[in-house]
Amino acid sequence: MSEEKYVPKSKLGQWFDSRLPLLTLAHHINDYPTPKNLNYWWTFGGILTFFLIIQIITGLVLAMHYVAHADLAFGSVEHIMRDVNYGWLIRYLHANGSSMFFLAVYIHIFRALFYGSYKAPREIIWIIGMLIYLLMMATAFMGYVLPWGQMSFWAATVITNLFSAIPLVGDSITSWLWGGYAVGSPTLTRFFSLHYLFPFLIFGLVILHIWALHIPGNNNPVGIDIKKPSKETVPFHPYIIIKDFYALLIFLIIFLGFVFFVPNVLGHPDNYIEANPMVTPSHIVPEWYLLPFYAILRSVPDKLGGVVVMFAAVFILMFLPWLDTSKVRSAVFRPLYKVFFWILVIDVIVLGYIGAKPPEGMYLIIGRISTIYYFVHFIVIMPLLGFKEKTIPLPLSISDPVLGDESKLSSEKQ
Amino acid sequence: MSSSYAFLTTVIVLLIIFLYLSWVFVSIKVVDKEQKKETSERRDFLFTASYALGAVGVGAAVWPLIDQMNPDASVKALATTEVDISTVGLGKTITVLWRGKPVFIRRRTQEEISKAQNVNLSELIDPQKDEDRVKKSEWLIMTGVCTHLGCVPLGEKGDFGGWFCPCHGSHYDTSGRIRKGPAPTNLEIPKYEFVDNNTIKIG
Repeated sequence: MSEEKYVPKSKLGQWFDSRLPLLTLAHHINDYPTPKNLNYWWTFGGILTFFLIIQIITGLVLAMHYVAHADLAFGSVEHIMRDVNYGWLIRYLHANGSSMFFLAVYIHIFRALFYGSYKAPREIIWIIGMLIYLLMMATAFMGYVLPWGQMSFWAATVITNLFSAIPLVGDSITSWLWGGYAVGSPTLTRFFSLHYLFPFLIFGLVILHIWALHIPGNNNPVGIDIKKPSKETVPFHPYIIIKDFYALLIFLIIFLGFVFFVPNVLGHPDNYIEANPMVTPSHIVPEWYLLPFYAILRSVPDKLGGVVVMFAAVFILMFLPWLDTSKVRSAVFRPLYKVFFWILVIDVIVLGYIGAKPPEGMYLIIGRISTIYYFVHFIVIMPLLGFKEKTIPLPLSISDPVLGDESKLSSEKQ
Repeated sequence: MSSSYAFLTTVIVLLIIFLYLSWVFVSIKVVDKEQKKETSERRDFLFTASYALGAVGVGAAVWPLIDQMNPDASVKALATTEVDISTVGLGKTITVLWRGKPVFIRRRTQEEISKAQNVNLSELIDPQKDEDRVKKSEWLIMTGVCTHLGCVPLGEKGDFGGWFCPCHGSHYDTSGRIRKGPAPTNLEIPKYEFVDNNTIKIG
């Protein structure tokens, strides 16, 4: 917490630190002043870091047994499941780990939406976060292709065909992506290569994400700027670390519940049928975490239009810091925004439900209404609210809402 | 390969012409201002020229890394397939794999043919005569890949008695033309020929 420059205690430490300030960095992370009122919604950053590491370690191990070839991939996954010692465990950890990763990232993103964590001066943190999210979707998609089951094959076909909607060069781009005239072995090998690479890119971006976070410091549930360090902050170690660990343990119980009791419930049974380029499964769906975007794609009755709108649904989030015109960060003090926030949450869940259903009748109508609302929320409601909404007065310090008027008086005296 | 190198060469030639012209243009200006000892423009030109040359060099070096992802020689070598169609009964379809994609070979019934021929072209999303889609009206040969997002449509289904794509609900008629749903164009007709009455060569 001290403002003065950190100096290691031992001679060796000083010698090393003056050449490579790793100890200073460790000290900074230890002492990093954190708002004292962070709630459990703030623990998902740590959970996400943990899951990134889990995915990298289990993935590294799986790659030792997996064979990226159209004729051998499906068999090698079964080999991992049946023959490799603890192969079943490692594969189930990796497969369910991706679902937990996305569950955590969605909570993390909605936390940022609720408490306005994307607003100045934290726009760069938000944009890096969105880039991480994009890379995560690409990584998860390519990972889903690797077992070379029916769902893998047809997911790869449908997603890569999205690019064929681009005028003029669409077909050249798809055959470039495939390395052939349809999804095949060349596609599988390059997806494996990129699936191995992307997590390390994500890791690099996570470092930038945290670095950018440590410049202004954490936002907090009250959403006001606080002096750091001060009576309003606590050091990261041990206060926040222990809280993060507790949340992580709870989250791990859920994760391992999936792994040990229902390891296939989030997957699709058709993916245990080997890929067959002659037959499309009667009902193809992406993994649950991509369903809202799939619903948006299908709600537009035009090929290019659907693809454009789907990508827009992701990229519009990048502009959020400027679409939100309100100066107040936390939804706690924004009575109208709070309502719209929950409508958006419901809207996204509805889109996810529609994405899992066939695109016909009522489902199509509901899907279209929800898609329109999704964009209306960001393009119309967010900018307008900043001007129309009457916000609740902000407290002077984060102690105010806890201690009541008495402390307000004392802080005014200071 | 040749087309990409032709493209690259064209780019380099155009850049050289551009550099030459800008050099002529700048040197005239530099001569004008020589007396005023203004050398900054000459320097700007040198910088721009080096950046441009650097960009061309990087482009040339990166191209093989990009082009390696395009279909390779072994993939291209599988370009044709011969199929024996003598066993296909009336009103039956066989599916063969060509370049990793399914190809439908359907021996159409008289009813299907007349249905396909009697459609008013103005009703179609992607207007095309049935006669233009077949070589012999009995045999409909087309790529079994939905033009929306690449799924394989199911035969003898859908609102028009032709094909129906289960992924996103595109309906095709008995000539494989798109009639309803998100697909933009008719099912593609591959290049094929009748080697004899019982054999066709696709590709």
